[in-house]
Amino acid sequence: MSIQVMLLQLGRGMIVSIEIFMLTLLFSLPFGLIVSFGRMSRNGLIRGISKVYISIMRGTPLMLQLLVVYFGPYYVFHIRISNSYRFIAVIIAFAINYAAYFAEIYRAGIESMPAGQYEAARVLGYGKAQTFFKIILPQVVKRILPPVTNEIITLVKDTSQAEMFTIAKQVAAAQTTILPLMVAGVFYYILNLIVAALMERMEKALSYYR
Amino acid sequence: MKLLEMNHVRKEFDGVEVLKDISLAVEEGEVVSIIGPSGSGKSTLLRCATLLEQMDSGDLIYMGEYAARTDGGKCVYASKAELKKLHRCFGLVFQNFNLFPHYSVLKNITDSLIAVDKLPKKEAEERAGRLLEQLGLSDKRDAYPYQLSGGQQQRVSIARALAKQPKLLFFDEPTSALDPELTVEVLKVIKALAKEHMTMVIVTHEMQFAREVSDRIIFMEGGVIKAQGTPEELFTTENERVREFIGHLSGK
Repeated sequence: MSIQVMLLQLGRGMIVSIEIFMLTLLFSLPFGLIVSFGRMSRNGLIRGISKVYISIMRGTPLMLQLLVVYFGPYYVFHIRISNSYRFIAVIIAFAINYAAYFAEIYRAGIESMPAGQYEAARVLGYGKAQTFFKIILPQVVKRILPPVTNEIITLVKDTSQAEMFTIAKQVAAAQTTILPLMVAGVFYYILNLIVAALMERMEKALSYYR
Repeated sequence: MKLLEMNHVRKEFDGVEVLKDISLAVEEGEVVSIIGPSGSGKSTLLRCATLLEQMDSGDLIYMGEYAARTDGGKCVYASKAELKKLHRCFGLVFQNFNLFPHYSVLKNITDSLIAVDKLPKKEAEERAGRLLEQLGLSDKRDAYPYQLSGGQQQRVSIARALAKQPKLLFFDEPTSALDPELTVEVLKVIKALAKEHMTMVIVTHEMQFAREVSDRIIFMEGGVIKAQGTPEELFTTENERVREFIGHLSGK
C-alpha cells in the first residue's frame, strides 16, 4: 500500500473522528448541565440517581459503554442492529459518558460562585432563570474553561477508540509496520493543538473581567 | 407615613436565637442607623427586612402592605407576585458590593432596569448616566468592577440600588470593606442622600458618621434593641453599655 492510500484512509478516519467529536460536544455539554442540576437537586431521589449515573459513567471503561450501547438493543429488545446504528451508538455512548464529566465540572463551577451574586440579583428583582443565565452561568463558563479544555482534549483522543485506530490498526497489520500508528498520533496531536489554541482564544476573550 | 414596620421579629439559626422579638418602624424621609457589636443581629435584621432571610415569626410590612405576618405562631409570607411588587420598595447596598464582575459599570446599573423592570434601554442608560454623574463616576461607565477602587465599586453599587428608585435604601456595613480614605468618599455619598431626604436604614460601625447623618440610632446587642433615640440622646445616654460601646468605637 502506498503512502498516499494510507494517508487517504487515515484522513477519512480523521473526518469521522471530527464528526464524533463535534456531535459529542453538541449533546454532552447541555446534557451535562442538566445532570449537574440533578446532582445539586434538593430532591434526594433525583440527586441519588444523578450520583449513580455519574459514578457508573466515570467508573467503567468507555469501550465497555460503547459495546453496551451498540449491542444493548439486540440483547434487551432483540432488535436487529442496522449498520447505520453503529455511528449513532458511538455518539450516544460518547455523549452520555462525557456528560457525566462535564456535569461535575459545571457543579464545581456553580458551587464556587459566591452567595453574594445570587443575593444581589435577588434584591434587584431578577427571577431564578434570569439570575442563572445572566449572572451565574457566564461567570461559571469563565471559571471552568481550563478543566473543560482538558476534557475536550481527552475527547479528541477518545474518538480514536471508535474510529481511526481501527483503521490504523488494520493498515498496520496489513503492512507489518507501525508507521500508520505514528501518522495517526501526529494527526491527533495536530487536532489537539488546534483545539487547545481555540480554547485559549476563548479564555482570552473572557479575560476582559476578573 | 411608615415605609417599613417590623413587629416582634424572631429568627434563629440552628437553635441559636439571633433576633429576639425585635420591633422597629421607619418613617418616610427618616435616616435610621443601627449600631452594635458583631453578632448582635444587625445584619440578620437587615437580611430579614430585605427578604434574603425568612423570619421565624413576626410581621414585615412595607407601606402598609404585609410581606409577612404571623398569626397564631405561624409566619406566613405573601405570594410570590406580591413579594415581587414589595421588592420594588427597597434597595440594598452590601458590605462587599456584590457587583456583577462580567458587566461594565453601566450594565451593572442598567441590566436589571431593562431585564426586570422592562425599561427601554435608552431610558435606563439615561437614568444610569445621571446617577453616575451625580456620584462622580461618569468616566467609569465603560470600566469593569475589577478596574475600580473599593470606594468606586461601592459608589457604583449605590448607583445600582438608586437606579431602581427605591422608597427605602438599606446599607449593610457599607464601608466595612474599605480603608479610611475610601470610607470617607462613600460616607459623603450617603450624607448627600440624607440631605435629599432619602429614607435609609444603615448598619454601621462608623459612630461619628451615624451621629451626623441619623435622625435616630438603634443600639442592638444579643438580638434585642438595647437602646434607641436621637443621636444626641444616645451619645449622652446614662446607659453604661451604650456609652462603653460608643466610646470604644469613637476612640474616646
